[in-house]
Amino acid sequence: MNIRSMGRPAQILLVEDSPQDVQLIENALTGTVVRSTLYVARDGVEALDFLYREGGYANAPRPDLILLDLNLPRKDGREVLAVIKADEELKRIPLIVFTVSNSEEDIIKAYDLHANCYITKPVDPDSFIAHVRSIQDFWFSWVELPPNRRRNGRRKP
Amino acid sequence: MVQRQQSTNDIDAYRTVKPVEVLLVEDNPGDVRLTKEALKDGKVCNNLHVVEDGVEALAYLRREGKYQDAPRPDLILLDLNLPRKDGRDVLAEVKNDQRLKRIPVVVLTTSKAEEDVLKAYDLHVNCYITKPVDLDQFMNLVRAIEDFWLAMVKLPNAHGGGL
Repeated sequence: MNIRSMGRPAQILLVEDSPQDVQLIENALTGTVVRSTLYVARDGVEALDFLYREGGYANAPRPDLILLDLNLPRKDGREVLAVIKADEELKRIPLIVFTVSNSEEDIIKAYDLHANCYITKPVDPDSFIAHVRSIQDFWFSWVELPPNRRRNGRRKP
Repeated sequence: MVQRQQSTNDIDAYRTVKPVEVLLVEDNPGDVRLTKEALKDGKVCNNLHVVEDGVEALAYLRREGKYQDAPRPDLILLDLNLPRKDGRDVLAEVKNDQRLKRIPVVVLTTSKAEEDVLKAYDLHVNCYITKPVDLDQFMNLVRAIEDFWLAMVKLPNAHGGGL
């Protein structure tokens, strides 16, 4: 199933604490051929509340794609990645790490935790916007996404 | 001192041009030929290694037999319907192997079955793509994979993360 056959905009959960980066990503996704709806979580706790529909997120949709920063307040992106990819229902949602970190340790750890891919944020705003559009084009024009089924809530460990 | 500076630059230059090693697991000669052609003219320097069934793929990855000197791939392109050992079994073995699981696997198949897509993601495939029937579209797809996976994504092994 890809976005064209779904007949609705793609739903992206962006987990990002930098207002500037959120703004750049919103700009990048505006006016593109492939249409996306962006949901923003500002830290790791909000991200998991959104995915498990807890807190103020009782009606949150299940995202088609997660864009995850690593350095986040309250709960770190590495922890969020580990929780998502260890959860039987959430693990199938494609997750892209999108971070300023270029450290070898972060890259390897992210793949070992089953991040779908790891992309570093370019410093230059034009390249940054081009990267976001490429992510959108690739994942929503070429990739078959997993069927977007409802889940049954958080599993207690 | 000047000497040391020079050698550091050389290492950096070498890293920059180090080709990306791609393992293609594909039994269809037509698809192998098209993939080779599309990647040969690409922007990113790469070495494409081809194996034709699942048993060979795992032997290659584990450097068994004639593959003892095989370079560890930075990216695996995996068909699902393969002779001897199915692509689904290969995916499961790669993603359950502590030494191999970090290598990104892109499934490239004709199957659009929801069950295959779901199962592949549950097994931690990195992405699942169906092959277009049209030849030009197939070439475009391989170039899109190159632009995304080889040029934009940070691959784990390309940064010295080999085991």
